[in-house]
Amino acid sequence: MDGKLFLLMVKAAGVTAVCSVLAIAIGIAIGIVVCGATLARPKPLQIAARLYVSFFRGVPLLVQLLLFYNLLPAVGLNISSFFAAELALSLCTSAYQAETLRGGFLSVSTGLKEAADMVGMTLWQRFRRVEAPIALRLTIPAIVNEAISILHASALVSVIGVVELTKTAGEIAASNYDPLPVYACAGLLYLIMTYVIQLLGLAAERRFPVRSA
Amino acid sequence: MTPAIEVSGLVKIFGDVPVLDGVNLSAPAHQVTCLIGPSGSGKSTLLRCMAMLERQDAGSIQIDGQPLSIAGQHARKGDLRSRIGMVFQQFNLWPHMTALGNVAEALRTVRRQPRRKAEDRAMAELEKVGLAERAHLYPRQLSGGQQQRVAIARALALDPQLMLFDEPTSALDPELTGEVLNVMRRLATSGMSMVVVSHEIGFVASVAGHVAFLDRGKIVVSGSPEEVFAKPRHPRLTQFLETYIDREASQLIA
Repeated sequence: MDGKLFLLMVKAAGVTAVCSVLAIAIGIAIGIVVCGATLARPKPLQIAARLYVSFFRGVPLLVQLLLFYNLLPAVGLNISSFFAAELALSLCTSAYQAETLRGGFLSVSTGLKEAADMVGMTLWQRFRRVEAPIALRLTIPAIVNEAISILHASALVSVIGVVELTKTAGEIAASNYDPLPVYACAGLLYLIMTYVIQLLGLAAERRFPVRSA
Repeated sequence: MTPAIEVSGLVKIFGDVPVLDGVNLSAPAHQVTCLIGPSGSGKSTLLRCMAMLERQDAGSIQIDGQPLSIAGQHARKGDLRSRIGMVFQQFNLWPHMTALGNVAEALRTVRRQPRRKAEDRAMAELEKVGLAERAHLYPRQLSGGQQQRVAIARALALDPQLMLFDEPTSALDPELTGEVLNVMRRLATSGMSMVVVSHEIGFVASVAGHVAFLDRGKIVVSGSPEEVFAKPRHPRLTQFLETYIDREASQLIA
């Protein structure tokens, strides 16, 4: 495998990285909103959030990709493969992240909330100043996990024509009849990307430590 | 003088177990009222009702002559609550904030004070409990006794009229209880109205102005420590002292 092919692989890894990072970021934002809805008082909000989570966790990502890719043009929305891929990845991961966050909120101890009540905080102040910061800190390891699994799952977007790392590796391997170094290189690139995510996660944990007192 | 807090006919039922079975209690202002009794006697539940952390099933509570209604709106609840400081058995310091942050938090978010003013006040409170030089440490970097002193400072920063203590030394190693009890002693001397649930009978005997002994959801004996601990004692109190308190403590008050 020569340098030119390697450069091609690195570029493809860039597509994988951009796809995943965008999906994780958008997914966290939507996940926070969905998690908020599951924990909110109004029943209809709760039910809507539950349905959302059930759907996006229940339908396989591969099927979601094909659904979005075919469904949106069918209702008159002309979208690129990349956009469809991003949409499916973001919505799918947001459902998982919403549940992870909910777990974080449920593990904020009652005593810490009562302490907030006793100094006269309103429910919103308590949420903003006590519950959310603690829950977010508690969920850092799980969010890192989810980020890595989205990075890996992003290989699926090639089914709707987004050419990322795995797809590129496959094409190169098919054309030069020497698959082993190509896939080894792809594996290495994935490893480097996940390692970066891990390091970011560790840095975040160090910056925002939380251990129940 | 109006009592700091007055409880009448308080009933609290968990499932179908009456935890509080018609409790009447009047805690005098500027004095320490101690609640003692075996575990499950309802003393912590009584304190938690006073703090509005539990909703009673019947009966009323008055703070400084004003009725306290848990059915009221949240704002009203916050309003009355800000006159009560609470210290928990498990300290319940917010782990993501420093000692200073914990004490200054409510001054900033609830009282809407500017950062500098809130932190100056918080620092003054930490100084009073002897922790000024630990102000920038996180709860996990402090010993249990230090954490509990920060928790006391956090409550005092809001200038409460009444302080409630729920077994403040029960989660501490024996050698750390002294520093917390000393802070409480000083607070008592300064004239703060306090209601304390405690197993530290030595502390109760020396600091309390009023003692109530609870058993099975009822106040069985109450009065000044001299009256309550005087012989002949109520048989259930004697049994409690023998069963729950180490011998030295029961000799201390014998």
